[in-house]
Amino acid sequence: MKRALPLAMALLVLPLSACGGGSGDDGGKAATSKGPIKIWYANNPDEIAWAKKMVSSWNSAHPDEKVRAQEIPAGKSSEEVIGAAITAGNAPCLVFNTSPAAVSQFQKQGGLVPLDDFPGAAQHIQKRSGDAAEQYKSEDGKYYQLPWKSNPVMISYNKDVFEKAGLDADKPSLKTYKDFLATSEKLVDKGGVKAAVWPAPSSEFFQSWFDFYPLFAAESGGKQLVEDGKAQFTGPEGRAVADFWRSMYDKDLSQKEKYNGDAFADGKAAMTIAGPWAVKVYDKKVDYGVVPVPTSKGQSAAETRTFSDAKSVGLFSSCKNRGTAWDVLKFASSKEQDRKLLETTGQMPVREDLTGNYADFFEKNPKYKTYAQAAENTVEVPNVPKSIAAWQAFRDAYSRSVIFGKENPQTALKKAAAEVEKLAAQK
Amino acid sequence: MSSPAPGGTRPRSIGRSFGRNLLGLGFVSPYLAFVAVVFAYPFGFAVWMSFHDYFFAAPNAIVEYPFVGLENYAAVLSDPDVRQAFGNIAVFLVFNVPLTVGLSLVLASALNAKLPMRSFFRAAYYLPYITASVAMVGIWMWLFSSGGLVNKVLGQLAPEPSWLVNETLAMPLIAVFVAWKQLGFFIMLYLAALQNVPKELYESADTDGASTVRKFLSITVPGVRPATTLVVIVATITGANLFTEPYLLTGGGGPDGASASPVLLMYQRGIEQGNPDVAAAIGVLLVLFVLAVSLINRKLTERD
Repeated sequence: MKRALPLAMALLVLPLSACGGGSGDDGGKAATSKGPIKIWYANNPDEIAWAKKMVSSWNSAHPDEKVRAQEIPAGKSSEEVIGAAITAGNAPCLVFNTSPAAVSQFQKQGGLVPLDDFPGAAQHIQKRSGDAAEQYKSEDGKYYQLPWKSNPVMISYNKDVFEKAGLDADKPSLKTYKDFLATSEKLVDKGGVKAAVWPAPSSEFFQSWFDFYPLFAAESGGKQLVEDGKAQFTGPEGRAVADFWRSMYDKDLSQKEKYNGDAFADGKAAMTIAGPWAVKVYDKKVDYGVVPVPTSKGQSAAETRTFSDAKSVGLFSSCKNRGTAWDVLKFASSKEQDRKLLETTGQMPVREDLTGNYADFFEKNPKYKTYAQAAENTVEVPNVPKSIAAWQAFRDAYSRSVIFGKENPQTALKKAAAEVEKLAAQK
Repeated sequence: MSSPAPGGTRPRSIGRSFGRNLLGLGFVSPYLAFVAVVFAYPFGFAVWMSFHDYFFAAPNAIVEYPFVGLENYAAVLSDPDVRQAFGNIAVFLVFNVPLTVGLSLVLASALNAKLPMRSFFRAAYYLPYITASVAMVGIWMWLFSSGGLVNKVLGQLAPEPSWLVNETLAMPLIAVFVAWKQLGFFIMLYLAALQNVPKELYESADTDGASTVRKFLSITVPGVRPATTLVVIVATITGANLFTEPYLLTGGGGPDGASASPVLLMYQRGIEQGNPDVAAAIGVLLVLFVLAVSLINRKLTERD
């Protein structure tokens, strides 16, 4: 059993390093300063491959501004590692795996540099990402993150299981909640699976991004969890989504117990809710198709909004050579590097008109095209203070009412809304 | 050692006494330094933090940590999740501590006897203690999931909902898991204590025709009483710090918070949500809780 000591160390010793004194705020000078920098990237093989090539390409052209790159150090999550590094004053200049949900917290810690400080930065972000960029602005109207890549969430379905259940695997009936429920019942009855779809039913704050939130984004036409300090999920759209999932759990079409592994890859679930990373993971294991998440009335793929599951790049205040850091960030999010990111990882750069910009790639890889179209329609988590606490409050209420059926979903979500609004009002 | 002066004891010379203490001080100072840096200072800092509006900030950030009195404690005590977590940990201790004491004493007594393959059994019981919790949790998930081995064996008798998503059974199951995992360590404590129980007592009891159970209850149990006090206190302290099992085995303290522990909430509030002041208040309350439970346990186990 893990003792409290490591936690106590994290909670209590980190401030010691914070109290250890920094070098004073030299942000003004650092903003234009050039020289070597350090960056972190995610630790999955495809992103490692992309990052290594990107860094090598930068370093060969900039011998005086070398980039030293490494995977994000191991931790329970990237966010806690980055948070600890901010406190200790040893965060790298750039982290190519910054969760938008954690940005407000990093900002409060004084860990992030507003990118607007760099000439042309806001224009670069807006030109690259178009209207989507607006969702990544902080409450003070500045960009503390560059929206980098997204993994628009869709429904992947196992064609073999559909056929076994006597269903049309090429045109699956999954558009409306009614269709989805009827199809799910047949899948569980005749398809030889334990669940039609098996989102993780556990209590972590981020799990709602892969069950409730994509469907809510679709049903509401793109509403975020909180807007202008008001919780959005107690309206008819939120209620419809909650009722839909309640039915799935109530009829045992989704399991209340966490699956120890990947239920879709292991053939225990007929469908999964995932982004384009799924292509590389499932391609050799499952013969599958992709459709948008369902809505109450049914929508076309082009009009269906979904959760972005995006990652941003943050530029951290401990960086001494911020001039170089911004140049590297601009280089890493250029059209050419975005192409390499797409080709290497299959994840979608947060760039406008992906299918037009990289038409040849999507022609060769049609499976990705569906995700690219969805990428134009993504909804981000709200960039509000206390974002993670708000998501946890939501998850607790959702878990109690929708998954375990211990309370009426409407009542539980109303209580959660009050708590979320209280948190959103805090700074 | 100096011999006493004729005609009575004489105070030792100051220099000699100081020299002896200095040597002792030299031996204990690494541990004292460790305790001061790793336990005492952080604990003091946690108490300070719990009375301030505190958050982790970058070294260069200019931030204020205003004194907020008991505000963090009020927030914690009025939080139903925290109250539930303390209730959960009480349930955990009620199952875990007696199970740990009972099983480890019985098994230690058995392993103390001349058994065939005694070394193998001693190692077998110790193995889970030194194996990573994450690996053990994986096996228990496989055993106790709804389609797992245990439910297959139980057939119609399998609980519904299954173990890990059953509000009533989740925490007792974790208590059993932790008792099993820690057993090796506590068996070792009891084995050490058993070496100090005089063999003559057992021989006399044999002469009187006492049964094995009678010998266990009348000689072994009282003979290892100081070890029992230690086992109870250590099991209480480690149990109250429960984190990994609800985090991994029951999906973050589920179902619906039924297995959430105070340390899990400290992690959520302090690390994930960036409220270390609130987490520190939970931590201080947990220390007081453990202290109170340990004192009660000590009174009970040391009573003749």
